[in-house]
Amino acid sequence: MVPLNWYLTLGAVVFMIGVFGFLTRRNIIIMFMSVELMLNGVNISLISLSHFLQDLRGQILVFFIITVAAAEAAIGLAIIIALFRNKSTIHVDEMSEMKG
Amino acid sequence: MLPKLFFGYYAVVITFLSVLIITRKNPVHSVMWMLLLFFHIAGLYLFLNAEFIAAIQVIVYAGAILVLFLFVVLLLNLREELQVKRFVGSWPAGLIIAAGMLAIVVNVIKSFTAAPRGIYSIEYIKNATHTKALGQVLYTEYLFPFEIASLILLVAIIGAIVLAKRKLRS
Repeated sequence: MVPLNWYLTLGAVVFMIGVFGFLTRRNIIIMFMSVELMLNGVNISLISLSHFLQDLRGQILVFFIITVAAAEAAIGLAIIIALFRNKSTIHVDEMSEMKG
Repeated sequence: MLPKLFFGYYAVVITFLSVLIITRKNPVHSVMWMLLLFFHIAGLYLFLNAEFIAAIQVIVYAGAILVLFLFVVLLLNLREELQVKRFVGSWPAGLIIAAGMLAIVVNVIKSFTAAPRGIYSIEYIKNATHTKALGQVLYTEYLFPFEIASLILLVAIIGAIVLAKRKLRS
């Protein structure tokens, strides 16, 4: 039997790798993939908790997270396409119009 | 012993692939590594007796979301991406933030105490089959959130079309 703490630690590691990628990459597509990575880290934690507590509600929550992730990816990628069409760059540090 | 070896393989591969995804220069390579990562996470879900979630992980994440990412990466034609630098100038600050948060979370996990167990034991799920057990909870207790999820998908469909279309000239 694998202890629950190992699964939770794995989920935390995947989440924090996603945080690092989101904070440091210049490419906005990779930033979006980091967000997906963070969602997957949370999903690993929820599924393992659902298994160890013998409660299906964690898996219901994962179901909804996957739904929202699909919607978020569709809208985010549409925003990226609109941004690339107007600015012809996808590097986040080159977009500074909002800076005072 | 064997389950621990199995988990060790998955943990090492998932961590390694996550690091590969956020450090590759070519976004197409990142998407391909992410495909492999999603299959490994689906394997981990199978290991945790969640067959239905493993199936929708492969279908929705690997089948739909990653194809969408791949389309956008190929649409933008990023030839110059291979020559420019990958990280913003202040990347050590991001590393410190992520490492600090990881240290905090891992220390919090140590003091975790489990709640009393629910009624959905492995034997119950084995008798009812996993999809049926999940569907019974989803369509009774969580029917209203399920309907809201369909509304969110409708908003995403319309929003993606409105955001990505060109301006019509009248």
